[in-house]
Amino acid sequence: MNWATLNLMPALPELFLLSAVLVLLVIDMLLDDERRGVLYGLSLATLAGCAAMQYLAWTPVPVETFQKMFVADPLSGVIKFFLYGVTAAVLIYTRQYVADRQMFKGEYFTLTLFALLGMNVMVSASHFMTLYIGLELLSLALYALIALRRDSVPATEAAMKYFVLGALASGLLLYGMSMVYGATGSLDIATIARVIASGNGNTVLLVFGLVFLVAGLCFKLGAVPFHMWVPDVYQGAPTAITLMIGSAPKLAAFVFLTRILGQGMEALLSQWQGMLMIVAVLSMALGNLTAIVQTNIKRMLAYSTISHMGFLLVGFLTGNAEGMSSAMYYAIIYVLMSLAAFGVLLALSRAGFECEKVADLKGLNQRNSWYAFLMLLAMFSMAGIPPLAGFYAKFAVIRAAANAGMVPLAVFAVLMSLIGAFYYLRVVKAMYFDDAEEDAAIEVRADMRLVLSLNGLALLALGVLPQQLVALCMTAVKQSLTSL
Amino acid sequence: MLTLTHFLVLAAILFAISVLGIFLNRKNIIVLLMSIELMLLAVNCNFIAFSHYLSDTAGQIFVFFILTVAAAESAIGLAILVVLFRNLRTINVEDLGSLKG
Repeated sequence: MNWATLNLMPALPELFLLSAVLVLLVIDMLLDDERRGVLYGLSLATLAGCAAMQYLAWTPVPVETFQKMFVADPLSGVIKFFLYGVTAAVLIYTRQYVADRQMFKGEYFTLTLFALLGMNVMVSASHFMTLYIGLELLSLALYALIALRRDSVPATEAAMKYFVLGALASGLLLYGMSMVYGATGSLDIATIARVIASGNGNTVLLVFGLVFLVAGLCFKLGAVPFHMWVPDVYQGAPTAITLMIGSAPKLAAFVFLTRILGQGMEALLSQWQGMLMIVAVLSMALGNLTAIVQTNIKRMLAYSTISHMGFLLVGFLTGNAEGMSSAMYYAIIYVLMSLAAFGVLLALSRAGFECEKVADLKGLNQRNSWYAFLMLLAMFSMAGIPPLAGFYAKFAVIRAAANAGMVPLAVFAVLMSLIGAFYYLRVVKAMYFDDAEEDAAIEVRADMRLVLSLNGLALLALGVLPQQLVALCMTAVKQSLTSL
Repeated sequence: MLTLTHFLVLAAILFAISVLGIFLNRKNIIVLLMSIELMLLAVNCNFIAFSHYLSDTAGQIFVFFILTVAAAESAIGLAILVVLFRNLRTINVEDLGSLKG
Protein backbone atom coordinates (compact mmCIF):
# COMPACT_ATOMS: atom_id res chain seq x y z
CA MET A 1 0.00 0.00 0.00
CA ASN A 2 1.08 3.49 -0.73
CA TRP A 3 1.33 5.61 2.40
CA ALA A 4 2.07 8.78 0.47
CA THR A 5 -1.39 8.85 -1.09
CA LEU A 6 -3.26 7.92 2.08
CA ASN A 7 -5.78 10.67 2.71
CA LEU A 8 -6.25 11.10 6.46
CA MET A 9 -8.45 14.18 6.18
CA PRO A 10 -11.82 12.36 6.20
CA ALA A 11 -10.85 10.54 9.41
CA LEU A 12 -9.44 13.64 11.12
CA PRO A 13 -12.07 13.82 13.93
CA GLU A 14 -11.63 10.12 14.76
CA LEU A 15 -7.83 10.37 14.83
CA PHE A 16 -8.06 13.43 17.07
CA LEU A 17 -10.55 11.69 19.37
CA LEU A 18 -8.39 8.56 19.64
CA SER A 19 -5.25 10.55 20.49
CA ALA A 20 -7.14 12.68 22.97
CA VAL A 21 -8.57 9.65 24.79
CA LEU A 22 -5.11 8.09 25.05
CA VAL A 23 -3.77 11.34 26.50
CA LEU A 24 -6.70 11.44 28.96
CA LEU A 25 -5.84 7.91 30.10
CA VAL A 26 -2.31 9.03 30.97
CA ILE A 27 -3.46 12.26 32.64
CA ASP A 28 -5.90 10.24 34.74
CA MET A 29 -2.98 8.31 36.27
CA LEU A 30 -1.35 11.54 37.42
CA LEU A 31 -4.44 12.96 39.10
CA ASP A 32 -5.56 12.34 42.66
CA ASP A 33 -9.22 12.05 43.54
CA GLU A 34 -9.74 15.70 44.49
CA ARG A 35 -8.59 16.92 41.11
CA ARG A 36 -10.57 14.45 39.03
CA GLY A 37 -12.74 17.35 37.84
CA VAL A 38 -9.91 18.24 35.45
CA LEU A 39 -10.86 15.18 33.40
CA TYR A 40 -14.41 16.43 33.12
CA GLY A 41 -13.18 19.69 31.64
CA LEU A 42 -10.71 17.96 29.36
CA SER A 43 -13.39 15.55 28.08
CA LEU A 44 -15.65 18.45 27.18
CA ALA A 45 -12.69 20.18 25.53
CA THR A 46 -12.02 17.00 23.54
CA LEU A 47 -15.60 16.99 22.29
CA ALA A 48 -15.33 20.64 21.29
CA GLY A 49 -12.08 19.80 19.47
CA CYS A 50 -13.81 16.91 17.67
CA ALA A 51 -16.57 19.22 16.51
CA ALA A 52 -13.96 21.70 15.22
CA MET A 53 -12.13 18.90 13.36
CA GLN A 54 -15.45 17.73 11.98
CA TYR A 55 -16.05 21.22 10.65
CA LEU A 56 -12.62 21.18 8.96
CA ALA A 57 -13.24 17.71 7.51
CA TRP A 58 -16.74 18.55 6.26
CA THR A 59 -17.38 17.41 2.71
CA PRO A 60 -20.52 17.90 0.60
CA VAL A 61 -19.81 14.73 -1.41
CA PRO A 62 -18.76 11.26 -0.12
CA VAL A 63 -14.95 10.88 0.19
CA GLU A 64 -13.47 7.45 0.83
CA THR A 65 -10.18 6.61 2.47
CA PHE A 66 -8.30 3.61 3.96
CA GLN A 67 -8.90 1.43 0.88
CA LYS A 68 -12.59 2.36 0.76
CA MET A 69 -13.12 1.11 4.31
CA PHE A 70 -13.96 4.50 5.71
CA VAL A 71 -16.17 7.14 4.18
CA ALA A 72 -16.89 10.74 5.11
CA ASP A 73 -20.17 11.96 3.67
CA PRO A 74 -22.85 14.48 4.71
CA LEU A 75 -24.88 11.75 6.45
CA SER A 76 -21.96 10.79 8.71
CA GLY A 77 -20.99 14.45 9.12
CA VAL A 78 -24.40 15.60 10.35
CA ILE A 79 -24.84 12.59 12.63
CA LYS A 80 -21.35 13.05 14.09
CA PHE A 81 -22.04 16.68 15.01
CA PHE A 82 -25.09 15.46 16.93
CA LEU A 83 -23.06 12.65 18.51
CA TYR A 84 -20.55 15.16 19.93
CA GLY A 85 -23.32 17.41 21.21
CA VAL A 86 -25.25 14.54 22.77
CA THR A 87 -22.14 13.08 24.43
CA ALA A 88 -21.25 16.50 25.84
CA ALA A 89 -24.79 16.83 27.22
CA VAL A 90 -24.53 13.33 28.72
CA LEU A 91 -21.29 14.25 30.50
CA ILE A 92 -22.76 17.52 31.79
CA TYR A 93 -26.02 15.91 33.02
CA THR A 94 -24.26 13.04 34.76
CA ARG A 95 -21.46 15.05 36.44
CA GLN A 96 -23.12 15.30 39.84
CA TYR A 97 -24.83 11.89 39.67
CA VAL A 98 -21.61 9.95 39.10
CA ALA A 99 -19.75 12.00 41.71
CA ASP A 100 -22.41 11.08 44.31
CA ARG A 101 -22.06 7.37 43.57
CA GLN A 102 -18.31 6.72 43.57
CA MET A 103 -18.31 6.47 39.75
CA PHE A 104 -16.43 9.73 39.17
CA LYS A 105 -13.28 8.03 37.96
CA GLY A 106 -11.10 8.22 34.88
CA GLU A 107 -12.72 5.09 33.47
CA TYR A 108 -16.09 6.80 33.22
CA PHE A 109 -14.73 9.47 30.89
CA THR A 110 -12.41 7.29 28.83
CA LEU A 111 -15.05 4.58 28.33
CA THR A 112 -17.64 7.18 27.30
CA LEU A 113 -15.22 8.67 24.80
CA PHE A 114 -14.23 5.21 23.50
CA ALA A 115 -17.94 4.48 23.00
CA LEU A 116 -18.15 7.73 21.04
CA LEU A 117 -15.15 6.67 18.94
CA GLY A 118 -16.87 3.36 18.23
CA MET A 119 -20.03 5.19 17.15
CA ASN A 120 -17.97 7.49 14.91
CA VAL A 121 -16.34 4.52 13.20
CA MET A 122 -19.74 2.82 12.77
CA VAL A 123 -21.22 5.94 11.26
CA SER A 124 -18.38 6.33 8.77
CA ALA A 125 -17.92 2.67 7.87
CA SER A 126 -18.25 1.61 4.27
CA HIS A 127 -16.98 -1.95 4.75
CA PHE A 128 -18.33 -4.79 6.90
CA MET A 129 -15.06 -4.97 8.82
CA THR A 130 -15.13 -1.32 9.93
CA LEU A 131 -18.84 -1.63 10.75
CA TYR A 132 -18.09 -4.59 13.00
CA ILE A 133 -15.06 -3.00 14.68
CA GLY A 134 -16.99 0.20 15.38
CA LEU A 135 -19.97 -1.71 16.73
CA GLU A 136 -17.82 -3.80 19.07
CA LEU A 137 -15.85 -0.79 20.30
CA LEU A 138 -19.18 0.82 21.23
CA SER A 139 -20.67 -2.33 22.77
CA LEU A 140 -17.61 -3.34 24.82
CA ALA A 141 -17.36 0.19 26.24
CA LEU A 142 -21.07 0.14 27.15
CA TYR A 143 -20.87 -3.28 28.88
CA ALA A 144 -18.05 -1.98 31.04
CA LEU A 145 -19.85 1.31 31.75
CA ILE A 146 -22.93 -0.51 33.07
CA ALA A 147 -20.80 -2.63 35.40
CA LEU A 148 -18.91 0.46 36.60
CA ARG A 149 -20.95 0.44 39.80
CA ARG A 150 -19.41 -2.79 41.00
CA ASP A 151 -21.31 -3.11 44.27
CA SER A 152 -24.78 -2.74 42.78
CA VAL A 153 -26.64 -6.01 42.13
CA PRO A 154 -29.06 -4.64 39.50
CA ALA A 155 -26.25 -2.90 37.61
CA THR A 156 -24.03 -5.98 37.36
CA GLU A 157 -27.00 -8.14 36.46
CA ALA A 158 -28.01 -5.68 33.73
CA ALA A 159 -24.42 -5.68 32.46
CA MET A 160 -24.45 -9.49 32.22
CA LYS A 161 -27.77 -9.57 30.39
CA TYR A 162 -26.68 -6.83 28.00
CA PHE A 163 -23.39 -8.59 27.42
CA VAL A 164 -24.91 -11.99 26.58
CA LEU A 165 -27.64 -10.62 24.33
CA GLY A 166 -25.31 -8.08 22.72
CA ALA A 167 -22.81 -10.81 21.92
CA LEU A 168 -25.63 -12.93 20.51
CA ALA A 169 -26.68 -10.01 18.30
CA SER A 170 -23.09 -9.56 17.09
CA GLY A 171 -22.97 -13.27 16.31
CA LEU A 172 -26.18 -13.08 14.27
CA LEU A 173 -24.90 -10.02 12.41
CA LEU A 174 -21.58 -11.68 11.64
CA TYR A 175 -23.30 -14.84 10.44
CA GLY A 176 -25.41 -12.72 8.10
CA MET A 177 -22.32 -10.85 6.93
CA SER A 178 -20.54 -14.13 6.17
CA MET A 179 -23.48 -15.27 4.04
CA VAL A 180 -23.56 -11.99 2.13
CA TYR A 181 -19.79 -12.28 1.65
CA GLY A 182 -20.24 -15.78 0.25
CA ALA A 183 -23.01 -14.65 -2.09
CA THR A 184 -21.32 -11.53 -3.44
CA GLY A 185 -17.60 -12.23 -2.91
CA SER A 186 -17.00 -8.88 -1.26
CA LEU A 187 -17.12 -7.17 2.13
CA ASP A 188 -17.20 -3.68 0.68
CA ILE A 189 -20.69 -2.20 0.88
CA ALA A 190 -20.57 -0.41 -2.49
CA THR A 191 -19.34 -3.55 -4.26
CA ILE A 192 -21.98 -5.66 -2.54
CA ALA A 193 -24.67 -3.24 -3.73
CA ARG A 194 -23.29 -3.43 -7.27
CA VAL A 195 -23.15 -7.24 -7.35
CA ILE A 196 -26.69 -7.58 -5.97
CA ALA A 197 -28.05 -5.02 -8.43
CA SER A 198 -26.39 -6.81 -11.36
CA GLY A 199 -28.13 -10.02 -10.34
CA ASN A 200 -24.88 -12.01 -10.08
CA GLY A 201 -25.20 -12.84 -6.40
CA ASN A 202 -26.43 -16.20 -5.14
CA THR A 203 -30.03 -15.34 -4.19
CA VAL A 204 -30.57 -18.14 -1.66
CA LEU A 205 -27.43 -17.24 0.30
CA LEU A 206 -28.30 -13.54 0.08
CA VAL A 207 -31.80 -13.90 1.47
CA PHE A 208 -30.56 -16.28 4.17
CA GLY A 209 -27.88 -13.74 5.12
CA LEU A 210 -30.40 -10.90 5.01
CA VAL A 211 -32.61 -12.60 7.62
CA PHE A 212 -29.68 -12.83 10.03
CA LEU A 213 -28.60 -9.25 9.32
CA VAL A 214 -32.11 -7.93 10.02
CA ALA A 215 -32.31 -9.98 13.23
CA GLY A 216 -28.94 -8.65 14.40
CA LEU A 217 -29.87 -5.06 13.52
CA CYS A 218 -33.21 -5.33 15.34
CA PHE A 219 -31.36 -6.61 18.41
CA LYS A 220 -29.10 -3.57 18.36
CA LEU A 221 -32.02 -1.18 17.82
CA GLY A 222 -34.05 -2.93 20.50
CA ALA A 223 -37.07 -3.69 18.28
CA VAL A 224 -39.58 -6.50 18.97
CA PRO A 225 -39.09 -9.55 18.90
CA PHE A 226 -35.46 -8.86 19.89
CA HIS A 227 -36.20 -6.31 22.60
CA MET A 228 -35.83 -8.44 25.79
CA TRP A 229 -32.67 -6.70 26.94
CA VAL A 230 -33.96 -3.11 26.67
CA PRO A 231 -36.21 -2.88 29.78
CA ASP A 232 -33.82 -4.82 32.02
CA VAL A 233 -30.78 -2.80 30.97
CA TYR A 234 -32.58 0.55 31.22
CA GLN A 235 -33.87 -0.31 34.68
CA GLY A 236 -30.76 -1.99 36.06
CA ALA A 237 -28.08 0.38 34.83
CA PRO A 238 -27.33 3.52 36.88
CA THR A 239 -29.48 6.34 35.42
CA ALA A 240 -26.36 8.12 34.12
CA ILE A 241 -25.43 5.07 32.04
CA THR A 242 -29.04 4.54 30.94
CA LEU A 243 -28.90 8.08 29.56
CA MET A 244 -25.74 7.16 27.63
CA ILE A 245 -27.20 3.89 26.26
CA GLY A 246 -30.54 5.44 25.38
CA SER A 247 -29.24 8.47 23.52
CA ALA A 248 -26.25 8.61 21.17
CA PRO A 249 -26.09 4.87 20.23
CA LYS A 250 -29.59 5.15 18.71
CA LEU A 251 -28.24 7.66 16.19
CA ALA A 252 -25.34 5.34 15.36
CA ALA A 253 -27.72 2.39 15.07
CA PHE A 254 -29.84 4.33 12.59
CA VAL A 255 -26.80 4.96 10.35
CA PHE A 256 -25.73 1.32 10.80
CA LEU A 257 -29.14 0.27 9.50
CA THR A 258 -28.88 2.73 6.61
CA ARG A 259 -25.42 1.54 5.61
CA ILE A 260 -26.31 -2.16 5.58
CA LEU A 261 -29.90 -2.18 4.33
CA GLY A 262 -30.20 1.19 2.59
CA GLN A 263 -26.84 1.15 0.83
CA GLY A 264 -25.65 -2.45 0.64
CA MET A 265 -28.95 -4.28 0.28
CA GLU A 266 -30.89 -1.59 -1.54
CA ALA A 267 -31.71 -3.95 -4.43
CA LEU A 268 -33.34 -6.36 -1.97
CA LEU A 269 -35.77 -3.69 -0.73
CA SER A 270 -38.81 -5.86 -1.44
CA GLN A 271 -37.35 -8.58 0.81
CA TRP A 272 -36.40 -6.54 3.88
CA GLN A 273 -39.36 -4.19 3.63
CA GLY A 274 -41.74 -6.96 4.70
CA MET A 275 -39.51 -8.09 7.57
CA LEU A 276 -39.11 -4.56 8.90
CA MET A 277 -42.85 -3.94 8.59
CA ILE A 278 -43.59 -6.86 10.94
CA VAL A 279 -40.90 -5.66 13.32
CA ALA A 280 -42.24 -2.08 13.25
CA VAL A 281 -45.85 -3.12 13.89
CA LEU A 282 -44.88 -5.44 16.75
CA SER A 283 -42.56 -2.83 18.30
CA MET A 284 -45.18 -0.08 18.27
CA ALA A 285 -47.86 -2.38 19.68
CA LEU A 286 -45.85 -4.14 22.37
CA GLY A 287 -43.84 -1.06 23.36
CA ASN A 288 -46.88 1.17 23.85
CA LEU A 289 -49.13 -1.42 25.47
CA THR A 290 -46.55 -2.72 27.94
CA ALA A 291 -45.41 0.78 28.91
CA ILE A 292 -48.91 1.51 30.27
CA VAL A 293 -48.57 -0.91 33.20
CA GLN A 294 -45.06 0.14 34.29
CA THR A 295 -44.55 1.91 37.61
CA ASN A 296 -40.79 2.28 37.24
CA ILE A 297 -40.23 5.30 35.02
CA LYS A 298 -36.92 4.00 33.63
CA ARG A 299 -38.65 0.79 32.58
CA MET A 300 -41.53 2.80 31.14
CA LEU A 301 -39.11 4.88 29.08
CA ALA A 302 -37.47 1.64 27.93
CA TYR A 303 -40.76 0.38 26.51
CA SER A 304 -41.36 3.80 25.04
CA THR A 305 -37.95 3.48 23.33
CA ILE A 306 -39.07 0.19 21.80
CA SER A 307 -42.15 1.87 20.36
CA HIS A 308 -40.09 4.84 19.10
CA MET A 309 -37.81 2.41 17.27
CA GLY A 310 -40.97 1.01 15.66
CA PHE A 311 -41.89 4.51 14.43
CA LEU A 312 -38.36 5.06 13.13
CA LEU A 313 -38.63 1.82 11.16
CA VAL A 314 -41.97 2.93 9.68
CA GLY A 315 -40.13 5.76 7.97
CA PHE A 316 -37.05 3.74 7.14
CA LEU A 317 -38.80 0.79 5.51
CA THR A 318 -40.25 2.92 2.72
CA GLY A 319 -36.71 2.80 1.30
CA ASN A 320 -37.01 6.17 -0.44
CA ALA A 321 -35.28 9.48 0.28
CA GLU A 322 -38.35 10.96 2.00
CA GLY A 323 -38.73 7.97 4.33
CA MET A 324 -35.03 7.68 5.16
CA SER A 325 -34.66 11.38 5.90
CA SER A 326 -37.80 11.36 8.07
CA ALA A 327 -36.35 8.37 9.98
CA MET A 328 -33.11 10.31 10.45
CA TYR A 329 -35.07 13.31 11.71
CA TYR A 330 -36.98 10.98 14.04
CA ALA A 331 -33.75 9.51 15.41
CA ILE A 332 -32.34 12.98 16.15
CA ILE A 333 -35.55 14.19 17.82
CA TYR A 334 -35.88 10.95 19.79
CA VAL A 335 -32.37 11.43 21.18
CA LEU A 336 -33.14 15.02 22.23
CA MET A 337 -36.35 13.86 23.94
CA SER A 338 -34.71 11.05 25.89
CA LEU A 339 -31.86 13.38 26.89
CA ALA A 340 -34.40 15.80 28.36
CA ALA A 341 -36.46 13.11 30.12
CA PHE A 342 -33.49 11.30 31.68
CA GLY A 343 -31.85 14.67 32.37
CA VAL A 344 -34.75 15.64 34.64
CA LEU A 345 -34.58 12.24 36.38
CA LEU A 346 -30.86 12.85 36.99
CA ALA A 347 -31.57 16.33 38.30
CA LEU A 348 -34.07 14.90 40.80
CA SER A 349 -31.73 12.13 41.98
CA ARG A 350 -29.27 12.96 44.71
CA ALA A 351 -26.81 11.13 46.94
CA GLY A 352 -28.70 8.20 48.48
CA PHE A 353 -31.88 8.74 46.44
CA GLU A 354 -32.68 7.43 42.97
CA CYS A 355 -35.58 9.01 41.12
CA GLU A 356 -36.89 5.85 39.46
CA LYS A 357 -40.63 5.58 40.12
CA VAL A 358 -43.39 7.53 38.44
CA ALA A 359 -44.49 8.28 42.02
CA ASP A 360 -41.16 10.03 42.68
CA LEU A 361 -42.30 12.78 40.33
CA LYS A 362 -45.46 13.52 42.31
CA GLY A 363 -46.05 17.19 42.88
CA LEU A 364 -42.91 18.21 41.03
CA ASN A 365 -44.68 21.36 39.91
CA GLN A 366 -44.94 22.52 43.54
CA ARG A 367 -41.33 21.64 44.27
CA ASN A 368 -39.82 23.20 41.16
CA SER A 369 -42.04 24.35 38.36
CA TRP A 370 -39.23 24.78 35.81
CA TYR A 371 -38.11 21.11 35.92
CA ALA A 372 -41.75 20.06 35.84
CA PHE A 373 -42.16 22.17 32.72
CA LEU A 374 -39.08 20.64 31.07
CA MET A 375 -40.34 17.13 31.84
CA LEU A 376 -43.74 18.19 30.49
CA LEU A 377 -42.08 19.25 27.22
CA ALA A 378 -40.24 15.93 26.98
CA MET A 379 -43.37 13.88 27.73
CA PHE A 380 -45.65 15.85 25.37
CA SER A 381 -43.00 15.62 22.68
CA MET A 382 -42.69 11.84 23.10
CA ALA A 383 -46.47 11.55 22.98
CA GLY A 384 -46.44 13.53 19.73
CA ILE A 385 -48.52 16.50 20.84
CA PRO A 386 -48.19 19.63 18.67
CA PRO A 387 -46.41 22.03 18.60
CA LEU A 388 -43.50 19.96 19.99
CA ALA A 389 -40.76 18.36 17.91
CA GLY A 390 -42.00 14.82 18.55
CA PHE A 391 -45.25 15.66 16.78
CA TYR A 392 -43.53 16.71 13.59
CA ALA A 393 -41.17 13.69 13.71
CA LYS A 394 -44.13 11.29 13.99
CA PHE A 395 -46.02 13.21 11.33
CA ALA A 396 -43.04 12.99 8.93
CA VAL A 397 -42.57 9.21 9.21
CA ILE A 398 -46.30 8.53 8.97
CA ARG A 399 -46.62 10.82 5.94
CA ALA A 400 -43.66 9.05 4.28
CA ALA A 401 -45.34 5.67 4.82
CA ALA A 402 -48.67 6.95 3.47
CA ASN A 403 -46.97 8.50 0.42
CA ALA A 404 -45.26 5.17 -0.27
CA GLY A 405 -48.68 3.54 -0.46
CA MET A 406 -48.60 1.88 2.98
CA VAL A 407 -51.81 3.41 4.28
CA PRO A 408 -52.75 0.58 6.72
CA LEU A 409 -49.31 0.85 8.34
CA ALA A 410 -49.70 4.63 8.62
CA VAL A 411 -53.15 4.26 10.22
CA PHE A 412 -51.80 1.68 12.66
CA ALA A 413 -48.96 4.04 13.61
CA VAL A 414 -51.45 6.85 14.31
CA LEU A 415 -53.55 4.56 16.52
CA MET A 416 -50.49 3.44 18.44
CA SER A 417 -49.32 6.98 19.05
CA LEU A 418 -52.77 7.70 20.53
CA ILE A 419 -52.48 4.73 22.91
CA GLY A 420 -48.93 5.83 23.75
CA ALA A 421 -50.13 9.29 24.81
CA PHE A 422 -51.84 7.69 27.83
CA TYR A 423 -48.76 6.74 29.81
CA TYR A 424 -46.91 9.97 29.03
CA LEU A 425 -49.90 11.92 30.32
CA ARG A 426 -49.85 9.81 33.50
CA VAL A 427 -46.40 11.24 34.26
CA VAL A 428 -47.71 14.76 33.60
CA LYS A 429 -50.66 14.10 35.91
CA ALA A 430 -48.31 12.95 38.69
CA MET A 431 -46.24 16.11 38.31
CA TYR A 432 -49.05 18.65 38.16
CA PHE A 433 -52.11 17.22 39.92
CA ASP A 434 -50.73 15.03 42.72
CA ASP A 435 -49.39 16.31 46.00
CA ALA A 436 -45.68 16.16 46.66
CA GLU A 437 -44.61 13.34 48.96
CA GLU A 438 -41.24 14.84 49.74
CA ASP A 439 -39.82 18.30 49.83
CA ALA A 440 -36.06 17.84 49.50
CA ALA A 441 -34.47 20.78 47.70
CA ILE A 442 -33.51 20.18 44.08
CA GLU A 443 -29.91 21.23 43.70
CA VAL A 444 -28.49 21.22 40.21
CA ARG A 445 -25.13 22.47 38.92
CA ALA A 446 -25.35 25.66 36.88
CA ASP A 447 -23.96 24.12 33.67
CA MET A 448 -26.50 21.30 33.78
CA ARG A 449 -29.34 23.73 34.48
CA LEU A 450 -28.39 25.75 31.41
CA VAL A 451 -27.93 22.80 29.02
CA LEU A 452 -31.06 21.01 30.26
CA SER A 453 -33.14 24.17 29.77
CA LEU A 454 -31.74 24.63 26.25
CA ASN A 455 -32.45 20.94 25.57
CA GLY A 456 -36.09 21.31 26.61
CA LEU A 457 -36.55 24.54 24.71
CA ALA A 458 -34.94 22.96 21.61
CA LEU A 459 -37.84 20.48 21.59
CA LEU A 460 -40.24 23.42 21.45
CA ALA A 461 -38.19 25.34 18.87
CA LEU A 462 -37.71 22.36 16.56
CA GLY A 463 -41.43 21.65 16.80
CA VAL A 464 -42.39 25.17 15.74
CA LEU A 465 -39.65 25.53 13.12
CA PRO A 466 -38.75 22.04 11.89
CA GLN A 467 -37.94 23.03 8.28
CA GLN A 468 -34.22 23.65 8.64
CA LEU A 469 -33.39 20.35 10.32
CA VAL A 470 -35.71 18.48 7.96
CA ALA A 471 -34.00 20.05 4.96
CA LEU A 472 -30.59 19.21 6.45
CA CYS A 473 -31.60 15.54 6.89
CA MET A 474 -32.95 15.43 3.35
CA THR A 475 -29.75 16.84 1.85
CA ALA A 476 -27.58 14.53 3.95
CA VAL A 477 -29.53 11.44 2.90
CA LYS A 478 -29.68 12.43 -0.76
CA GLN A 479 -26.00 13.33 -0.99
CA SER A 480 -24.84 10.19 0.80
CA LEU A 481 -27.15 7.54 -0.66
CA THR A 482 -26.55 8.40 -4.27
CA SER A 483 -28.82 5.63 -5.55
CA LEU A 484 -31.94 7.28 -4.09
CA MET B 1 -13.93 -34.66 -1.73
CA LEU B 2 -14.97 -31.86 0.59
CA THR B 3 -17.09 -29.16 -1.00
CA LEU B 4 -18.15 -25.71 0.19
CA THR B 5 -21.50 -27.15 1.27
CA HIS B 6 -19.81 -29.45 3.80
CA PHE B 7 -18.17 -26.49 5.51
CA LEU B 8 -21.35 -24.43 5.44
CA VAL B 9 -23.35 -27.26 6.99
CA LEU B 10 -20.69 -27.75 9.69
CA ALA B 11 -20.75 -24.02 10.46
CA ALA B 12 -24.56 -24.01 10.52
CA ILE B 13 -24.60 -26.93 12.97
CA LEU B 14 -22.05 -25.21 15.23
CA PHE B 15 -24.06 -21.99 15.05
CA ALA B 16 -27.31 -23.80 15.91
CA ILE B 17 -25.65 -25.54 18.88
CA SER B 18 -24.40 -22.21 20.20
CA VAL B 19 -27.79 -20.46 19.84
CA LEU B 20 -29.50 -23.39 21.57
CA GLY B 21 -26.80 -23.23 24.23
CA ILE B 22 -27.71 -19.63 24.97
CA PHE B 23 -31.48 -20.15 25.06
CA LEU B 24 -31.79 -23.59 26.65
CA ASN B 25 -29.07 -23.18 29.24
CA ARG B 26 -30.61 -22.60 32.67
CA LYS B 27 -27.64 -23.54 34.80
CA ASN B 28 -24.42 -21.71 34.41
CA ILE B 29 -23.31 -18.36 33.00
CA ILE B 30 -19.93 -19.78 31.99
CA VAL B 31 -21.76 -22.07 29.57
CA LEU B 32 -23.29 -18.92 28.04
CA LEU B 33 -19.82 -17.47 27.50
CA MET B 34 -18.71 -20.73 25.90
CA SER B 35 -21.73 -20.67 23.59
CA ILE B 36 -20.86 -17.13 22.51
CA GLU B 37 -17.31 -18.21 21.68
CA LEU B 38 -18.64 -21.18 19.71
CA MET B 39 -20.94 -18.87 17.76
CA LEU B 40 -18.06 -16.65 16.70
CA LEU B 41 -16.02 -19.71 15.72
CA ALA B 42 -18.90 -20.98 13.56
CA VAL B 43 -18.90 -17.61 11.79
CA ASN B 44 -15.12 -17.81 11.34
CA CYS B 45 -15.53 -21.25 9.80
CA ASN B 46 -17.99 -19.76 7.30
CA PHE B 47 -15.67 -16.90 6.41
CA ILE B 48 -12.65 -19.17 5.89
CA ALA B 49 -14.64 -21.58 3.72
CA PHE B 50 -16.03 -18.79 1.53
CA SER B 51 -12.67 -17.08 1.40
CA HIS B 52 -11.01 -20.30 0.17
CA TYR B 53 -13.62 -21.11 -2.44
CA LEU B 54 -13.83 -17.52 -3.68
CA SER B 55 -10.00 -17.21 -3.69
CA ASP B 56 -10.35 -13.89 -1.89
CA THR B 57 -8.25 -13.08 1.20
CA ALA B 58 -10.57 -10.41 2.67
CA GLY B 59 -12.59 -13.08 4.48
CA GLN B 60 -9.52 -14.50 6.20
CA ILE B 61 -8.42 -11.06 7.34
CA PHE B 62 -11.89 -10.45 8.77
CA VAL B 63 -11.42 -13.68 10.78
CA PHE B 64 -8.31 -12.22 12.45
CA PHE B 65 -10.33 -9.22 13.53
CA ILE B 66 -13.18 -11.39 14.80
CA LEU B 67 -10.73 -13.51 16.82
CA THR B 68 -9.18 -10.40 18.38
CA VAL B 69 -12.54 -8.88 19.24
CA ALA B 70 -13.73 -12.23 20.62
CA ALA B 71 -10.75 -12.27 22.98
CA ALA B 72 -11.56 -8.76 24.20
CA GLU B 73 -15.22 -9.69 24.50
CA SER B 74 -14.60 -12.75 26.65
CA ALA B 75 -12.24 -10.71 28.84
CA ILE B 76 -15.04 -8.22 29.53
CA GLY B 77 -17.58 -11.03 29.91
CA LEU B 78 -15.47 -12.81 32.51
CA ALA B 79 -14.81 -9.53 34.31
CA ILE B 80 -18.55 -8.87 34.56
CA LEU B 81 -19.02 -12.47 35.71
CA VAL B 82 -16.51 -11.97 38.55
CA VAL B 83 -18.24 -8.77 39.68
CA LEU B 84 -21.61 -10.51 39.49
CA PHE B 85 -20.35 -13.44 41.53
CA ARG B 86 -19.02 -11.12 44.22
CA ASN B 87 -22.46 -9.50 44.50
CA LEU B 88 -24.69 -12.55 44.21
CA ARG B 89 -22.44 -15.41 45.37
CA THR B 90 -23.82 -17.52 42.50
CA ILE B 91 -23.49 -17.78 38.74
CA ASN B 92 -26.73 -19.67 38.20
CA VAL B 93 -28.73 -18.20 35.31
CA GLU B 94 -32.01 -18.63 37.17
CA ASP B 95 -30.83 -16.47 40.05
CA LEU B 96 -30.64 -13.42 37.77
CA GLY B 97 -34.15 -12.31 38.61
CA SER B 98 -33.96 -8.92 40.29
CA LEU B 99 -35.03 -7.07 37.12
CA LYS B 100 -38.65 -7.84 36.32
CA GLY B 101 -41.77 -5.95 35.41
